[in-house]
Amino acid sequence: MSAGDAAQRSSTRQHRLVIETRRLTKRYGTRAAVDDVDLHVAEGARYGFLGPNGSGKTTMVRMLLGLVYATRGEIEVLGRPVPARVAEVLPEIGAMVEGPAAYPHLSGRTNLGLLDASGPRRDRDGRRRRDRVEEVLDRVGLGAVDRRPVRTYSLGMRQRLGLAGALLDRPRLLILDEPTNGLDPHGIREVRDLLIELNAAGTTVFLSSHLLAEIEALCTDVGVVDRGRLVLEDALDAVRGPTGRLLVRTPDPEAAVRVLGRAVAERDGETLVVDATTGGPPAPARHLVERGVPLDGLAEQRRSLEDVVVALTGPGSDSARTPAGGLRR
Amino acid sequence: MIGVELVKLARRPRTWAAIGLLCLLPAVVAVFLATTRISPPPGQGAAFLSAVLQSGSLYPAAALALVLPIFLPIAVAVVAGDAVAGESAQGTLRYLLVRPVRRTALLVAKLVAVVVFVVGAVLAVAGTSYVVGVALFGAGDPVAVVRALPEVTGDDGGVAGTSPGGQQPASGPGGSQVGSSDAASSGAAGAQSGGQVGADTGDSTAAADPEAARERAQSSVSSLSGEALSPTDLAARLLGAMGYVVVSMLGVAAIALFLSTLTASSLGATLGALAALITSQVLVSLDAAASVTPYLPTRYWLAWIDFFRDPIFLRDITAGLWLQAGYVVVLMLAAWANFTTKDVTS
Repeated sequence: MSAGDAAQRSSTRQHRLVIETRRLTKRYGTRAAVDDVDLHVAEGARYGFLGPNGSGKTTMVRMLLGLVYATRGEIEVLGRPVPARVAEVLPEIGAMVEGPAAYPHLSGRTNLGLLDASGPRRDRDGRRRRDRVEEVLDRVGLGAVDRRPVRTYSLGMRQRLGLAGALLDRPRLLILDEPTNGLDPHGIREVRDLLIELNAAGTTVFLSSHLLAEIEALCTDVGVVDRGRLVLEDALDAVRGPTGRLLVRTPDPEAAVRVLGRAVAERDGETLVVDATTGGPPAPARHLVERGVPLDGLAEQRRSLEDVVVALTGPGSDSARTPAGGLRR
Repeated sequence: MIGVELVKLARRPRTWAAIGLLCLLPAVVAVFLATTRISPPPGQGAAFLSAVLQSGSLYPAAALALVLPIFLPIAVAVVAGDAVAGESAQGTLRYLLVRPVRRTALLVAKLVAVVVFVVGAVLAVAGTSYVVGVALFGAGDPVAVVRALPEVTGDDGGVAGTSPGGQQPASGPGGSQVGSSDAASSGAAGAQSGGQVGADTGDSTAAADPEAARERAQSSVSSLSGEALSPTDLAARLLGAMGYVVVSMLGVAAIALFLSTLTASSLGATLGALAALITSQVLVSLDAAASVTPYLPTRYWLAWIDFFRDPIFLRDITAGLWLQAGYVVVLMLAAWANFTTKDVTS
């Protein structure tokens, strides 16, 4: 909660919020899929919505898009209340929800054409529509795709097609649910580069994922959700702040340990983790150099996103592990 | 959005397969009739089948009678049941809705597409069966057509025994006849009339449904007057009958479309609609259910035959139109209320 407040303060100071939820809750029966979530996505951000499978990410995304109605709480997207005025904001949003979908017997191009024609009636000109479809196909690397039906596409191609659909109207806001699912490493990098490029051109990106690495590589802000609750929301840099420890790499670890004494918290081969606060010399680096201990490397230890997330969240709800650790089934 | 739905309908192989099959059944029946020249006794089998040997230009009416009980409702239920549930199961529904397509607009577009499918299917059946009928049985001269009908009736009037035989359709059959033909209208729709083509069942052994169907069919054929049916008159009557069949199918479409908004399984929606129809057929032929009979969706399905009476017998046709309109309005409102308020989680 306090982390969320901090993020809100820091981001509202500089930017307008494009997504804001207040006490958003969705219950299915007695189970809360989304529980009291205050979400803040600033304009221009690349926001990573991170959580294990079954933690409520997709329900959240569906509520933002007006597909699922909240049990309680408020949603504002691009300054307008959702779902009351969702029809006004959706034309400015490109979305992928829970995997791509297309008519399997039609080609990717035809699918996009139909999707484009279903959209708001701004531009009925056939040629411009075709150009738009070609443009987004190019963007996602499907420009050379032939007339094969989508049925024959690989998961990666379908994913690209779904992304193309989300880009059709040059949206101000992209809401993407697991967009790199099914892509090979090369494809993942392509999509990431594309999203960064779009973001640089002014598109806000809201991306949900259960993959830490993906969010760490792409996002500027992160919200961590666990069993429906938002347990952390902050700028990624702030999350990955320094731990106050130093990483020291030396070809002579024995000498270093002698010099630093109790300040060495951990030792892993030639790398020492040095914590100056637990005793020992106050400026360990200078100390080592003065005592003639050779150094290969010296770095601040930073928290990894993974450490933070694991500390904050329990096992995913798809885990069938009993509290005792044995498998239930 | 309506245009998009029509494109989707047209580019779906299933649409053409369904229409092809619908056209195929009357064609197969026509080939058997033409090669063997064994016509079912008038009144037995689907309506008009005995009359078409004399004039192929009546074959569209016979074809409607063949596909109406089972084939057409199944095709309509498949297309309408898939309308929303299919998109839902495929996942394309969520992408349409965030495009955005308003839910009401989507539902209307789906309904329009289903109506277009029904109209197209009925037109295709009538068109192909006209061609097939004329090719195999000859166009017949309009006068001959009309003369042929009472002739056939006259030949077989005694054989059938039940002999509604009236030349005055409205008054001739009398009270009892109207009553039994009422029951028949759904009895035949109940799926037996297609199956009993050529079946040689005696009156005593016939189940209630076929018997009723036979009576109905017979009364309809036999009650045609001997006055000349001009080609335009025939065409107008055929168009009226086709229009009425389309409207009858809209009730089916509304049931299936409503169920389609309830589930993500197209099969479930389709089978649910068919189950409703079968229930209706059973109840219509059940005397004990007489109190609800006038409100059952299949009750007036066969009233289109009344377009071939002289003068056209409008009472059941009018009642049928009102009934179908009621079903369409109520079920589409229910579909709208459900679809616009539900969570799209597929």
